[in-house]
Amino acid sequence: MAEVRVENLTKTYGPLKALDAVTLDFRDGGFFGLLGPSGSGKTTLLRAIAGFVIPDDGRVLIGGEPVERVPVEAREIGMVFQSYALFPNMTVADNVAFGLDVRRIRGAERDRRVKDVLDLVQLGDLGQRKPHQLSGGQKQRVAMARAIVTRPRVLLLDEPLSALDKALRVEMQVELKRIQREVGITTIFVTHDQEEALTLSDEIGILRNGRLVRHGPPREVYNNPRDAFTARFLGEANLFSGSLEAGGLRLPDGALIPGATTAMVAVRPENVQVSASEPSGPIRLRAEIRRRIFAGAMGTLILDRHGEPIKAIARDSEFAELPDNGRVWLSWREGSAIPVENAPN
Amino acid sequence: MTGKVLGIVGRVYLALILFFLYAPILVMAAMSFNASEFYQLPFAYSGEWYERLWSNRAILSAAWRSIWIAFVVTGIATALGTAAAIALFRYDFPGKKVLRALLFPPIAIPWLIIGTAMLIFFFGIGLGRGTPTVIIGHVALALPYVIVIVSARLATFDATLEEAARVLGASPWQVTKRVTVPWILPGIVAGGLLAFAVSFDQFVVSYFLSEPGDATLPVLIYTSIRKGFTPEINAISTLIIAVSMSVMLLAARYSNFGGER
Ligand SMILES: Nc1ncnc2c1ncn2[C@@H]1O[C@H](COP(=O)(O)OP(=O)(O)OP(=O)(O)O)[C@@H](O)[C@H]1O
Ligand SMILES: [Mg+2]
Repeated sequence: MAEVRVENLTKTYGPLKALDAVTLDFRDGGFFGLLGPSGSGKTTLLRAIAGFVIPDDGRVLIGGEPVERVPVEAREIGMVFQSYALFPNMTVADNVAFGLDVRRIRGAERDRRVKDVLDLVQLGDLGQRKPHQLSGGQKQRVAMARAIVTRPRVLLLDEPLSALDKALRVEMQVELKRIQREVGITTIFVTHDQEEALTLSDEIGILRNGRLVRHGPPREVYNNPRDAFTARFLGEANLFSGSLEAGGLRLPDGALIPGATTAMVAVRPENVQVSASEPSGPIRLRAEIRRRIFAGAMGTLILDRHGEPIKAIARDSEFAELPDNGRVWLSWREGSAIPVENAPN
Repeated sequence: MTGKVLGIVGRVYLALILFFLYAPILVMAAMSFNASEFYQLPFAYSGEWYERLWSNRAILSAAWRSIWIAFVVTGIATALGTAAAIALFRYDFPGKKVLRALLFPPIAIPWLIIGTAMLIFFFGIGLGRGTPTVIIGHVALALPYVIVIVSARLATFDATLEEAARVLGASPWQVTKRVTVPWILPGIVAGGLLAFAVSFDQFVVSYFLSEPGDATLPVLIYTSIRKGFTPEINAISTLIIAVSMSVMLLAARYSNFGGER
């Protein structure tokens, strides 16, 4: 186990900055979720920590030691690839034992550790199967087992669950977290799925165009995203911008959002209240209903405000008395408008 | 109706191809067991020509030379070719595309021309004729085949497996030995068998590069025929064909079935 630190990490591919001066601490034993749009540099960051990518600038420290002179095979890292990368001609047990074999750990010690880790991932009986005889979720478990059996200092997971269907993914999320807790290993987890990152991580970081735009505990980042990009990327957000006045934020159509202190605010869809009659509070905006989407317990309402789409989410029953079309009122509780900066592209 | 006609035409066509390919070989094989020295029929079985082979020292020593040269060439060409194919697969370097493209022409250039060029070259560098020269020449001929076959097999290999092995603690050499080579083994075997065949069957380049005293088997056969044709030649040729065909059938087996394992 060890903490990982990257300092000023920079990698360019021609004119493109895949990583742009990223500085970040990964706490010892922590579960760090790395998020960002496609091409934002998540994989590049993981590969730089693993040693496959040689940074142009900056450095990686594992357990406080700089590792630029340590080759990949000596970094003591566990890695799970999106495609699992199981060795096709080896059995499950031999796949798992690979890291032990190259370390010349043999005999009873080898067998015991393989068995223990297969039990940990609940694959005790499948040791003699070949990878092509396994389901997606089972392959995933083998890949996990193989990565942790050598007791690495860091575990790197690059979208390990993205090849699984939704139900299995949720199951494996719980599993992943359980295994990580039991082993207590510093874990860096790349995902496209922000919900996954929010559920699993002690801390998250958001990359954009190779830059780290925000990091912190998930609840903190979600509740206070600080900039429009993070607000939109992590969860959904309705953005309102206009000019700042003494009384609040004046929108282009003349409506006022009282209490606002920035030229732009974000309101989460679940905090937007929609009503047919005029609300009593200070925040009152008009909008037109465009579409009502039913998705089981929760419903989504797509509204239109002067050409700007607005989204509201609530229990579907709360939308029951609203007209299918036509003008309605929007409001929210005063603390729900999050001040954000307009992030430059 | 037309389908049936086409089917018949197709079968006749196939039969003709096989006939023209194998009839001469079969006749030769049959004659090597015929007692008459002048190919007279009716056929009368005799093992005499094979027995005579046994006591023909020139043929025996040429055969032995051909065989051991083929083994040495196979070893060198397979090792170098496999290493080259893996390097081409793993590393990006300037001129890689050009290098890859340059591997194909030698397969297409007539051996007569390659042989002439090699002779000029080896004399130019002062190595002259001789068995080492023959071996170098054969390796040069066989190398592109090995690289092309092993590369084709590598194209089906998932490079992430090498990365997975590296993070698990395997050195580049261990990765090669434990992950890459097991996957491409059918390609290596097929390439090696082909290299053996290229060397063992090689006439032109061997003829140009070997010294008159130590001919390889094909060279010896050629020079014997010019002196006069004996059924012994039928016998030795039949043996060569048996060996070559077995090697090629094995190579075909490995390169075809290798893909699905
Ligand atoms: N070897 C390379 N050569 C050139 N460009 C590269 C290379 N590797 C990555 N890039 C570029 O660097 C940028 C970051 O890539 P990276 O794979 O880190 O993105 P990512 O955040 O993992 O994206 P995704 O979510 O799609 O996996 C991309 O624009 C990519 O095209
Ligand atoms: Mg990626």
